[in-house]
Amino acid sequence: MIQTVAAAPLPAAENYIVKKQRLQPENLLGNEKRISIVTGIHGDELEGQYVCYEIQQRINEHPELLTGIVDIYPALNPLGIDSITRGIPHFDLDMNRIFPGNSEGSMAEYIASKIINDVQGSDLCVDIHASNIFLREIPQVRINEMCADTLVPFAKRLNIDYIWVHGTATVLEATFAHSLNSIGTPVLVVEMGVGMRVTREYCKELVDGIFVEMKDLGIWQGSIIEPKKPIISTDGEVHYLNAGYAGVFIPTVEHWTSVKKGDKIGEIIDPLEGIIKEEIFSDCDGILFTLREYPVVSEGSLLGRILERNEVIA
Amino acid sequence: MKKVQLYELKSLYRDSLKIYGYQFGGSEKTVCIVGAIRGNEVQQLYMCSQLVRILNLLENRGQIDTNRGIMIVPSINPYSLNTNTRFWATDNTDINRMFPGYDLGETTQRIADGFFKKVNDYIYGIHFTSFYLEGNFTPHVRIMKTGFENTEIAREFGMPYIMLRNPKPYDTTTLNYEWQLWGTQAFSLYTPGTDQIDKAQANEGINAVLRFLANQGLIHISKDGGHCSRIIEEQELVTVRTNQSGILFLNCDCGDHIKEGQIIGEILDTYEGHTIEEIKAPCSGRIFYHGSNPLIYSNTAVVKIIQDPEAEYFQQ
Repeated sequence: MIQTVAAAPLPAAENYIVKKQRLQPENLLGNEKRISIVTGIHGDELEGQYVCYEIQQRINEHPELLTGIVDIYPALNPLGIDSITRGIPHFDLDMNRIFPGNSEGSMAEYIASKIINDVQGSDLCVDIHASNIFLREIPQVRINEMCADTLVPFAKRLNIDYIWVHGTATVLEATFAHSLNSIGTPVLVVEMGVGMRVTREYCKELVDGIFVEMKDLGIWQGSIIEPKKPIISTDGEVHYLNAGYAGVFIPTVEHWTSVKKGDKIGEIIDPLEGIIKEEIFSDCDGILFTLREYPVVSEGSLLGRILERNEVIA
Repeated sequence: MKKVQLYELKSLYRDSLKIYGYQFGGSEKTVCIVGAIRGNEVQQLYMCSQLVRILNLLENRGQIDTNRGIMIVPSINPYSLNTNTRFWATDNTDINRMFPGYDLGETTQRIADGFFKKVNDYIYGIHFTSFYLEGNFTPHVRIMKTGFENTEIAREFGMPYIMLRNPKPYDTTTLNYEWQLWGTQAFSLYTPGTDQIDKAQANEGINAVLRFLANQGLIHISKDGGHCSRIIEEQELVTVRTNQSGILFLNCDCGDHIKEGQIIGEILDTYEGHTIEEIKAPCSGRIFYHGSNPLIYSNTAVVKIIQDPEAEYFQQ
């Protein structure tokens, strides 16, 4: 059943509409658990689109196995998705910096408050982001260290490769996830793939994990996979690789691969002069979990991230 | 006047990004004035350019203090000025959300870091800036309430208002906020206009800075007086929001006196042209901010009023 979560009129014959799909058992007992799948806060991050589709495909094959409520919000920022814009067109602010919103505030703040009201109370929410167009990320969950005790057990069931527990920052207090986590609705933030693209392999892995969560919550009675054992960032330090020169970055290793200290990761070339300006080497043993996708770089552009550890990945 | 290069970032094909500062007076780092951080802040760029011209004139005439120094940085982001993009063109990040910066971080973090290291030890920091929403403000000095703010010194600008703002999470990485955390008394100056130059309004900003410099004894000119600034907290402003979306017409301007119940604008149906909403002033006072986009969303703040029941006695 498709429902309208928030609507606000735009000036020219259009409404800003946020819709959700609600899937639920035919006969409700009133004590069903609820999972919310949210994506499209950033209009140029599309990996979650396929996840929303695939969850429904699987449930609709066996609706009799559904024993809880699944709410799917594929587009919190429909204008951004339509115009390939990260934020809400016309606003300087990132939509993920205006939560929990304000019912008396601007249109964007009003929409944000309606979304929070609707998702609040879910037993679990998964907020799916992609990387930007510049970087490719393995499927990972990012968790504010303040919420680690609550969220890491959930994240371990999500069939992702990596859990990144990061420090707090004031600027992140206005995110969708932080706003809900701070009022007791657990939200896992997933980052995966690359901006403006869909990586079906990653999406299907994540959907497998979402069904594990659903089974654990009593929302799904069908068979599930055994989730992957994720690497956790607290196991080792994250090292950043940044460009020292402007140029064109050519990676020489595959993404999501084990590297040794001194291994070459790639080079920055100068097509005008026909020379290599910089060779990029790993400064530790570890796993390359982020790799630059977009070739043109400026000084400082992020080229990759490595989690330092000794264990070799398969 | 001494033109110095504060930072350089090499590019693959473009000329290097260079941030220039213009130094006047002595070597003590006393006042730093910053213009355009966004690529559409042409009004802010213009005000700095005029200050460079005026201070150069004063220096040549021996009317600048020779111990304490003034530096003017017309723009931190010439790349975006040249491509007519508000933010950093490659990844659409805002340098004014990157302070204090990070020397090993991403490009705009490095620019913020490289620049901030050169200016984080001035006694006073002045930033000509623009608001994140389209619209115009009555000229004013804005100060973030970080616990380190100094409201009394802000009076030396002689601007009509001093606005105190409680910082929101997204304010904590701005130049103004970080300056204060590092011990610089920071002031943001707002005048109407961003991507178009309004000379009359720009003169308000230019004169305010000259007044401040004169009051501090950094330049030796007779003061023109200016305003006896009124201090207001941002939350005191009365916000007028639209109920409908459509074409907005406002018949009031920044600084206008209005009476409670006065019709200050209307919204027309976008396609059929008839009035669908009359916008009435909820209180008497003066217009502090008004939106400028003719296509308006519903529930949008289009006017902010400084409440003042006695405003009607003052002539305009």
